[in-house]
Amino acid sequence: MTWLVPLLVLVPLLGAAVALGLLNHQKLQRAITVVVLVVALAVAATLMVLVDQHGTIVVQVGGWDAPYGISLVVDRLSALLLTVSASVLLVVLLFSIGQGLAADDGEAPVTIFYPTYLVLAAGVLDSFIAGDLFNLYVAFEMLLVASYVLITLGGSEQRVRAGTTYIVTSLIASAIFLAAIGLVYGATGTVNIAQISERMAALPEHVQLLLHTMLLIGFGIKAAVFPLAFWLPDSYPTAPAPVTAVFAGLLTKVGIYAIIRLETIIFPRPQLNTVLLIVAILTMVVGVLGAVSQTDVKRLLSFTLISHIGFMVMGVGLGSVAGTAAAVFYTVHHIVVQTTLFLVSGLMERVGGTTSTRSLGGLLKAAPLLAALYLVPAFNLGGIPPFSGFIGKLGLFRAAAIDGSPLAYATIAAGVVTSLLTLYALMRVWDAAFWRPKPAAEAAAPHASTAEPHAHLRSPEPAPLTVSEETGKAFHPGGSVTVTDAPHASRASSPETAPTATQDGVGEAPTRVKLPRMLVGVTTVAVLGSVALTVVAGPLYGYATRAAESLESPDRYVQAVLGGTR
Amino acid sequence: MTVTLVLVIAMAVLFSCGVYLLLERSLTRMLLGFLLLGNALNLLLLVMSGAAGNPPIGKSSEGITDPLPQAFALTAIVITFAVSAFLLALIHRSWKLSRADEVEVDEADVAIGRERDEPADEDPETTTDAEQEATR
Repeated sequence: MTWLVPLLVLVPLLGAAVALGLLNHQKLQRAITVVVLVVALAVAATLMVLVDQHGTIVVQVGGWDAPYGISLVVDRLSALLLTVSASVLLVVLLFSIGQGLAADDGEAPVTIFYPTYLVLAAGVLDSFIAGDLFNLYVAFEMLLVASYVLITLGGSEQRVRAGTTYIVTSLIASAIFLAAIGLVYGATGTVNIAQISERMAALPEHVQLLLHTMLLIGFGIKAAVFPLAFWLPDSYPTAPAPVTAVFAGLLTKVGIYAIIRLETIIFPRPQLNTVLLIVAILTMVVGVLGAVSQTDVKRLLSFTLISHIGFMVMGVGLGSVAGTAAAVFYTVHHIVVQTTLFLVSGLMERVGGTTSTRSLGGLLKAAPLLAALYLVPAFNLGGIPPFSGFIGKLGLFRAAAIDGSPLAYATIAAGVVTSLLTLYALMRVWDAAFWRPKPAAEAAAPHASTAEPHAHLRSPEPAPLTVSEETGKAFHPGGSVTVTDAPHASRASSPETAPTATQDGVGEAPTRVKLPRMLVGVTTVAVLGSVALTVVAGPLYGYATRAAESLESPDRYVQAVLGGTR
Repeated sequence: MTVTLVLVIAMAVLFSCGVYLLLERSLTRMLLGFLLLGNALNLLLLVMSGAAGNPPIGKSSEGITDPLPQAFALTAIVITFAVSAFLLALIHRSWKLSRADEVEVDEADVAIGRERDEPADEDPETTTDAEQEATR
């Protein structure tokens, strides 16, 4: 069944090419994109079962044996993340289709969405199966270039500014990574991860430390760990909701995946584990403090994203099977939950017209189902007991307690505080956006636009806000109004604005909002998926533990990849 | 395998100029910085090449260099090319939007900074609650 592995990259890339050729056939383009991701998900799920039964699958591309050719390796960690990523990619794609991100006919920036999305998918999936560092670099570049396009989609002024921060940071991260690959090659004479793992121990200590640090910084920027995370809350919130959702769910986790590989296979010795634990504490605490001080839902969620990256780094930094297993489980949990929350924030923006907690309000009355959809993943992220967030955190804390060092206990303390503050931040959004009665928000909204001069600056997208204010004023005398077709309204009122900049969720409805059925449906599926993680937590944790066991004994990986050549 | 000092020095100069320019505010300088950085990385990859092994075709390894870093450099050149094309498009877009190729100031950041200077601004929730009372 080894022929399945390259399909994960080939199918999305070919799909992207076909979709690019069908720029004028929106429906066909959409159908192809969905089919491609369904195929990728099926392949990934099959691989997940196969790998668990028969062990690591290795494909030597082109028939060249391991150290010379390119190896694609699927072990349990890869297979698990492949499956989760493929399903998240599919769900977000359906959401964006429902949102009509691409339904605006004839607009250039929009038709490019699907092909770019597929290239992003190919990059993400490729980075999970890459068996050598250079291939990993190429996969990263693939997903990064696609993400540059997606984050500046529509090319509004806000997005160009936010995109520039993201792009420059990513460019520097890639440069550091490529330089590290060059140095690794100079030091070990190979870029095959299995062979590096064999040869690394023979290098002098300081050379190892240099390579280790460089790779860690390169991956750390991508994963957004504390000192290297400044770019994330600046750039993510301005993108359209589905794009932010998929970035938040997957791109940082690709960095985490690379860090897990680095710490287990390439540098199995606990050389930098103390540093990792300290970084984990700082990431958790600084991230969540940022979240607490935010008044914009999307920015707030971006900060919780950073802070929860700390949990995964903590698991990796413990350097034990229990720690790595918990980190793997937590990664899966966080991919699903964070993506879901960003999708929900997209819906909130659609209902309330803004994501600022200062002007949102009364959403509980306006959209009761949305309130439920927000509350479940919010509790999940905060780690309320029945949910997978609790199980993941419990696993991490247990692993830290087994470790028993003072630093490990300090990370437990930081983790508990972070969970509480996460819950506080998310419940504050709940209070302001859902629980608070609508009149309060309506009274606050005009105040925000007149008396408070910089209130409109707060919104990451001034265009939709002004539009919603206009429509809001126009509708106010009428009392109860049904929602107009948001993209058309925005286009009519601000013709210069690119349609993509405004269409992700502009809508103003004083009383009862009818959300598009597909959006609610897809978001419900995402929420149910995050709840399902709790239901299957037992088998999933078992899988994560088995994955961690094979990671913590790198010989098995090396044997699987290089076995044929001995 | 010996390394030419000239290459190393050139690489160092390219690296420092590249990083310096990349941190500039002007987008065009950033592009130039990225190009310099890309070339520095290609030089690094070449400098890192090891001794030639036995060639798959032919008999002696004389006159043959390590092919792998060259393949890396070629791939890196292609990626640099693609990214520069994207950056150029971004610069063009930025120019069309604001007639300037500088990175805009993040207005949300400015607002946060301004808020810190105003001690009267309380916690957003409490203010809105107070307003709610006032409007009633």
